[in-house]
Amino acid sequence: MAECGRVDSNTSSHTMDKSITLPPDEIFRNMENAKRFAIDIGGSLTKLAYYSTVQHKVAKVRSFDHSTKEAAGDKLYEIAVQEEVTARLHFIKFENAYIETCLDFIKDHLVNTETKVIKATGGGAHKFKELIERKLGLKVDKEDEMTCLIKGCNFVLKNIPHEAFVYAKHADSEFRFQTTNPDIFPYLLVNIGSGVSIVKVESEDKFERIGGSSIGGGTFWGLGALLTKTKRFDELLQLASKGQHSSVDMLVKDIYGGSYACLGLTGDLIASSFGKSATADKEFSDEDMAKSLLHMISNDIGQLACLYAKLHNLSRVYFGGFFIRGHPVTMHTITYSINFFTKGEVQALFLRHEGYLGAIGAFLKGAEEDNPNQYSWGENYAGSSGLMSVSPDMNPMQRARSGTFDMLEMDRLDRQLVNLPLLQDPSSYIPDTVDLTEDAQAREYWLSCFEEALDGVVKRAVASQPDIPEAAERAEKFRQKYLHKLQTLRHQPFAYGSLTVRSLLDTREHCLNEFNFPDPYSKIKERENDIALKYYEKAVKSLEELSWEDRQFALVRGVLAGNVFDWGAKAVSDLFSLKVIFMFCFSSDRPWLVDSFDQWLERLKGPPHRCALFFVDNSGVDIILGVMPFVRELLSRGTEVVLASNSGPALNDVTNSELQILTERIAAMDPVIDSALREDRLTLVQNGSSSPCLDLSRLDKVLAMLVRERQTDLVIIEGMGRAIHTNYYAMLSCESLKMAVIKNSWLADRLGGKLFSVVFKYEVPAGAGKPH
Amino acid sequence: LKIEDTQPETHAFPWFGMDIGGTLVKLVYFEPVDITAEEEQEEVENLKSIRRYLTSNVAYGKTGVRDVHLELRNLTMCGRTGNLHFIRFPTQAMPRFIQMGRDKNFSSLHTTLCATGGGAYKFENDFRTMADLELLKLDELDCLIRGLLYIDRVGFNGHPECYYFQNPSDPNSCVKKPCNLDNHFPMLLVNIGSGVSILAVYSENNYKRVTGTSLGGGTFLGLCCLLTGCETFEEALEMASKGDSTNVDKLVKDIYGGDYERFGLQGSAVASSFGHMMCKEKRDSISKEDLARATLITITNNIGSIARMCAVNEKIERVVFVGNFLRINTVSTKLLAYAMDFWSKGQLRALFLEHEGYFGAVGALMELLKTSEDL
Repeated sequence: MAECGRVDSNTSSHTMDKSITLPPDEIFRNMENAKRFAIDIGGSLTKLAYYSTVQHKVAKVRSFDHSTKEAAGDKLYEIAVQEEVTARLHFIKFENAYIETCLDFIKDHLVNTETKVIKATGGGAHKFKELIERKLGLKVDKEDEMTCLIKGCNFVLKNIPHEAFVYAKHADSEFRFQTTNPDIFPYLLVNIGSGVSIVKVESEDKFERIGGSSIGGGTFWGLGALLTKTKRFDELLQLASKGQHSSVDMLVKDIYGGSYACLGLTGDLIASSFGKSATADKEFSDEDMAKSLLHMISNDIGQLACLYAKLHNLSRVYFGGFFIRGHPVTMHTITYSINFFTKGEVQALFLRHEGYLGAIGAFLKGAEEDNPNQYSWGENYAGSSGLMSVSPDMNPMQRARSGTFDMLEMDRLDRQLVNLPLLQDPSSYIPDTVDLTEDAQAREYWLSCFEEALDGVVKRAVASQPDIPEAAERAEKFRQKYLHKLQTLRHQPFAYGSLTVRSLLDTREHCLNEFNFPDPYSKIKERENDIALKYYEKAVKSLEELSWEDRQFALVRGVLAGNVFDWGAKAVSDLFSLKVIFMFCFSSDRPWLVDSFDQWLERLKGPPHRCALFFVDNSGVDIILGVMPFVRELLSRGTEVVLASNSGPALNDVTNSELQILTERIAAMDPVIDSALREDRLTLVQNGSSSPCLDLSRLDKVLAMLVRERQTDLVIIEGMGRAIHTNYYAMLSCESLKMAVIKNSWLADRLGGKLFSVVFKYEVPAGAGKPH
Repeated sequence: LKIEDTQPETHAFPWFGMDIGGTLVKLVYFEPVDITAEEEQEEVENLKSIRRYLTSNVAYGKTGVRDVHLELRNLTMCGRTGNLHFIRFPTQAMPRFIQMGRDKNFSSLHTTLCATGGGAYKFENDFRTMADLELLKLDELDCLIRGLLYIDRVGFNGHPECYYFQNPSDPNSCVKKPCNLDNHFPMLLVNIGSGVSILAVYSENNYKRVTGTSLGGGTFLGLCCLLTGCETFEEALEMASKGDSTNVDKLVKDIYGGDYERFGLQGSAVASSFGHMMCKEKRDSISKEDLARATLITITNNIGSIARMCAVNEKIERVVFVGNFLRINTVSTKLLAYAMDFWSKGQLRALFLEHEGYFGAVGALMELLKTSEDL
């Protein structure tokens, strides 16, 4: 990494040392395929956006023709690793001092130059127009700053879960991330640049500047530079964080001797900012004056924001602009002010990617023909550097980040993602059961747990590509990357929003993909599937021999037992005796840790469900010998079944394409499944995700449509990732069944049980009428 | 005046009303001019001495000032005729004032010292221990409204107390016009002292404090002192009158080259107060007068902006500005008048009162007279 000298953003000199070198591996990734550019040049930082395509390997499964089956030996299906091209948005943030070097780099690496224009926004856009045009040979096309800001804001609010957060300085976790509300409008955006703009946003295209103020970041900086010896914005903020404003401000108690009780004004309230500095015979410290100035400006902005929020009846107020930009000091004072003036009715909200809004918006303006808004996008944890800010006193390392490059990468998802229509209250749905940002003990455990498991993951990754000699090298790079992410998260748990087991798992998947390990478990999955298939008929037969009531219990046990044989939990060799599978003796007999089997059984004596949506988990024994017989029973009862599986690989979870093949094979053996498939009573859909966990607010649109069409009245969620780490507390508007075996002793302990405790949670929403 | 029907003897002189603010103490003194020879004979010496001292001087000590131009002559209060004097001195001089009360043996007089403002609470104990005086403490907002309505009723020596600016948006034809506040209610009352309080007033006894801001007169003076080294409000205003704030503030046109049409912002609007001061070259090229002016404009515009929002939220069209920040401060009064008119597209009207900062003290005096009645 280049040693980067700090540049006074104030002087905004763009003639800089040409010897500045960039770490090309890390930044401007995929530049050779970049095709659309936008740039947002602010007072001190430049944000570059480009659209590129990423070629990476994906594992595809394909059924063998029956005619060639013999030739394929005893392989169940063909696994082919293919190159796939996906779209990715790159956003990079760097100090203005690097503009020239960066432009040179871009020019040198730009292969595909069908691009003719670069969209530009921000106050500095005109200053660098000539430079950009000369260096890149692209025409600079200026876009309105506010329009870009709003477009960017809408985009991140819609596409990035945990984008918005509340800042609480003295709470256990400073950052409290908001759940993604599918309905983001209307909201108020208070942009605090050198002045303040207050914008009401009503829809994607409708927004209005309803007010503003000239007292903003420029006032803090300008007055601060006049009053103190400090001339830089960041340093003024640091100065302010060390000061005592009460020596400069006239407080209520200075006038009253105490509080002004009948008006509810406490003694510590500021009655007059700088009210004490009129006495000329006193000297005031720089720190105290900076603090007083910060309070004055933050309170004033907060007050105006509240007045506008009240006038327009808006409760969501987002703050942005360079005055905020992740500075804990200003986020704290603004939050304080908002709480004071609205008595807690309005919360000050901040955005993780606030600094990128202008660049994102400018990019979207230029990409309108590609219709980026019709897709869903996902933050790529592997390529994004995350939120960096912490209190400067808490982490002196943070300042050293100035001079480095921040990145955000977003992948265009193949599928458009929407809410599960069966969520009771989408706006309060939180997928994750434990927020590790708030729970320090849990965080420590899981971070260590993932760190310890890393060796195994690396080994598995290498083993999955035995014929590729450089796999070991790539796997090592993967290890370094993920280890680095874990270390970052140890210090800044909030870097990617709320830290959860899900985000740790997803980050690992993203990192694996990054280094072309698309599906390390593909061969294991295939082998397990193959073996399990051989036992399917026997399993079904033995189930049919049971009495109805015994069978219902055996089916549930089957799902749970199947779920135990998660890869890594037990050795494969233990698996294959029917006795083991169906008579599996859990370490705890009934009653289970969570046990509503009796209610479930009672329910089964009633009329069948119309349609069940089943979110499946692992491949092999789990899906074939646990889930399928259970599904078969539902079908026999007259219930339609929608099997939702992952769109892309994650661990040993069964993917949609694998499940297609498996189901065909089962149908060939089992007339019940076969006729259900042909009559469309059994449908296979993808869930839109490649995560071992499940976010019911981001599901494939097709799935959501199907759920609605079929009038689904039962949701079954299986496995630890989907039913325990996530969705344990999810409230659905129809009956639901959550089944899992807790295969982690720490978690079992947390939930008050032992290793291999069983969770069988059958819930009927309150107020739901008796099914008929 | 309606408070005149009780017996004059019940109100022992001297009559004072006092408002002890964060920066200034405002004192109103009723000088009876209808004293009979008999009365004069009975009058104790220190009462005479107080009257002589206050009425024969226009300045007291180094910092006390009598605003002679505001004096209300031949006023009838509680059946007595006299002149109402308006005196102010810095709150810092309170200890000396209390000392004087002791020296003049004020406690021997049969009067009550009615005081409002925060200082009534803060200095209560000092009055008691140093001068053996018991204060009657009064709520400052009650006093403000009562005093304001009273002065508006009696008028300013035959002229209206209230005024506004005609053509506030046109600097060339903008003129001060007297007016009557006949339909008082509802009004938004913006009291600009060291800090600012904003009240929605629906009747004499029905009002609420809507909000307030700490960016007030104290902020203007405090910042001016730090930025220019000036020492008094007068000095600060004098400098401000000569300065050019556009050297200090970043205007819309400095950023956009002209108007920001997308949002209907004029190029001459201030985009960032003190925004040019981020830059060293600009910092080196401005004068103290420019800084004083920018400070004044920043504070005034901000108060105007908050007041306007409150007026809209409370659905009140009349905005009355009072408080000593407006004393000898036509830059601010005109700017407030302009801001109310321009940003509300003529919906709001800014009104001002001649006795800017004295209403609290007047209200306190009236409480004295009312109290005497009750005895």
